[in-house]
Amino acid sequence: MDQKLKIELSQQGIFATTLEEVYNWGRKNSVWPLTFGLACCAIEMIATTMARYDLARFGAEVFRPSPRQADLMIVAGTVTKKMAPQVVRLYNQMPEPKYVIAMGACAISGGPFKQGYNVLKGIDRYIPVDVHIPGCPPRPEALIDAFMTLQKKIDAQHLTGDLRPRHLRADTSSEFVVPQYGAHDLEPAKNPKLWNITLKATPTEPRAGENEPGKS
Amino acid sequence: MNLEKVKSDIEAAVPGCRLQIVVNGSPSGQHSLLLDREHAFAVAKFLRDDPELCLDYCSNVTGVDWPDTEGSGYLEVVYHLYSTVKKHGPLTVRMRTEDRKDAVNLPSFTPLWRSAEFQEREVFDLYGVVFDGHPDLRRILMWDGFEDHPMRKDYVDPDDYEYEPTAHDAVLKRALEHSNRDEKAGGCQ
Repeated sequence: MDQKLKIELSQQGIFATTLEEVYNWGRKNSVWPLTFGLACCAIEMIATTMARYDLARFGAEVFRPSPRQADLMIVAGTVTKKMAPQVVRLYNQMPEPKYVIAMGACAISGGPFKQGYNVLKGIDRYIPVDVHIPGCPPRPEALIDAFMTLQKKIDAQHLTGDLRPRHLRADTSSEFVVPQYGAHDLEPAKNPKLWNITLKATPTEPRAGENEPGKS
Repeated sequence: MNLEKVKSDIEAAVPGCRLQIVVNGSPSGQHSLLLDREHAFAVAKFLRDDPELCLDYCSNVTGVDWPDTEGSGYLEVVYHLYSTVKKHGPLTVRMRTEDRKDAVNLPSFTPLWRSAEFQEREVFDLYGVVFDGHPDLRRILMWDGFEDHPMRKDYVDPDDYEYEPTAHDAVLKRALEHSNRDEKAGGCQ
């Protein structure tokens, strides 16, 4: 709807809107997160919900203890390979529409444990992530910013048309493959439908005076 | 605590035991006592129950992998013992397995010090030392069905490098191997 016309109508005391706007306005202001923390980032997440930062201002004060009642999964902390199947299973158990915030260096990339043997190198290998927050751990302001980014994202979603989100399409599944414990690693090690980034390693130019014969 | 005196006390109390003082050459000079597998449990029981030593607290259990020492190498387990009554310690006690493949059994000290239970499970999980006499020897950090022992020096970790924004040195080498392999296979997918 044309914004100018809308403003003009409202000046005449006529309130005009669309179903989509009302629907998204309601959804974005009542996002209920799942009570779910994995490591130190969870402490910051808890702080965000408390009186000082007060996530309740954004309609997200109700942390649900069951995935069946939750809209948002905040992956707060290190996802070990032992924990990854349970995280994916919880995500599968959430009803659509559902969203994911990956909070902190570990959840988005493995963080300081990236080269380790038992930490997942980012939860986006198994579930689709809407907002990534870097930081170790991110401050409550960063989580609030991520939450507002998610609200903008929800607000921009269309109910109809080709760009409508997954939960309004009959042909897409809301369940993702749960990895199994293998003999050496999780199987599969990633969900290729979600994660298909090819490794590009470009060797950097040797710095002056380095690796040159005749110089020590 | 004088380690020489502890050693002679043990030898008097546990006949036939073979002890060896492992000298630590660093300024801290924290020497340790190497026990033989056959008498280790009796020696540890003596260390706990002897009224003079009274080492009633096992604070730490850890493992060391020595792959290149003495032919096929061995696995070592280190215990740190303290006395809460006498206020002394630590007494560092070591045990070594026969090799790193099949003869990896050592006596468990969990019946003597309950605090060793989870730590011995961790050593079993990450190093593959099998503790005889442990009440509940299962993996504790990795999942059941995991076959490797990640803290061993010859452990090969899963080749799951997918994206390295600032690859360098060993990581760069592996990353290059990866990109070559992926190109041969016609891309990642």
